[in-house]
Amino acid sequence: MCTYQTTSLPLRGSGKGAGGWFALSGATVYFDHPVHAGAEHTVNIDLRNPDRGPQARVAVELDPASARALALAILQTLADVPPALRAGSTGGGSSVVG
Amino acid sequence: MRADTVSIVGAGGDQIEAYLAQPIDRASVGGVVVIHHMPGYDEQTKEITRRFAAHGYLALCPNLYWREAPGASPDDAAAAARAQGGVPDERLVGDVAGAASHLRSLGSSNGKVATIGYCSGGRQSFLAACSLALDAAVDCYGAFVVAPPPEGAPVTVGPLLHLAPGLSCPLLGLFGADDRFPSPAEVQELEKVLSELGKTFEFHSYEGAGHAFFATNRTSYRPEAANDGWDRIWEFFGRYLGT
Repeated sequence: MCTYQTTSLPLRGSGKGAGGWFALSGATVYFDHPVHAGAEHTVNIDLRNPDRGPQARVAVELDPASARALALAILQTLADVPPALRAGSTGGGSSVVG
Repeated sequence: MRADTVSIVGAGGDQIEAYLAQPIDRASVGGVVVIHHMPGYDEQTKEITRRFAAHGYLALCPNLYWREAPGASPDDAAAAARAQGGVPDERLVGDVAGAASHLRSLGSSNGKVATIGYCSGGRQSFLAACSLALDAAVDCYGAFVVAPPPEGAPVTVGPLLHLAPGLSCPLLGLFGADDRFPSPAEVQELEKVLSELGKTFEFHSYEGAGHAFFATNRTSYRPEAANDGWDRIWEFFGRYLGT
């Protein structure tokens, strides 16, 4: 089915799309039909910058176990950051996502 | 057959892109508005559009995401449209009305027009048939016609059962018995309501098939169900779109 459900969030960073690197401003996350992956449904993540047009997009389609593992790896990576670096970083991602 | 990208007038008088496929050796033929699925105005939907032309129908698939992403690749356009909440029902009806009008204006049209849609397009085909004067409509496993959409869905999408009294034409419904969206219970409910209203309809539910069984490029493809479904479509359109 088309789930319609979509989680949107603002974020900061950069992504590399078909036209090279660009600044990111947001993401959408949804569980729905993939375009390319060989599964009926996948966790789809679009990292985007709508101000630069629809093509300013980095897309991934992940099976649920992979998506979960990726999410945990991101959280683990952040947890492992030495406190000195954490304090010195801008922390943009975690503040806007949280 | 000839297939082209054309511009049509959609909802609100907007010019939108559409894919037109037409037989070149026939006169006085019916038209089919092909409503693409949520992944967009993609290669597979264009292939379906050409298939109708190969069977002797004028076929037109409007790009429902043109406003959000003119000229973008189908997957980027689908992502952009989703991020903006999807296609509002009112706009869909206007775009299908524009597509139907474009088909009727073609020299080889016999004036009859049907809609067909898959997945979210199945729901939209039903919506169009309840909102516009059409000659036939096909709903291929459209969810949220009967049941409300899940929490988090855009506010523009809601159940459509209350519109059933306005169904203007015969309806062909093709469903997978293993589908949960729509579930067999929802299909039965729709069948019950249409029967009570005295509407002309024909539903087929295929055992061993789930959602999107027509989609040849997806793991959900079920050739037996799809082949029989196509036969039902040809028979249905032959009955209602002929001169």
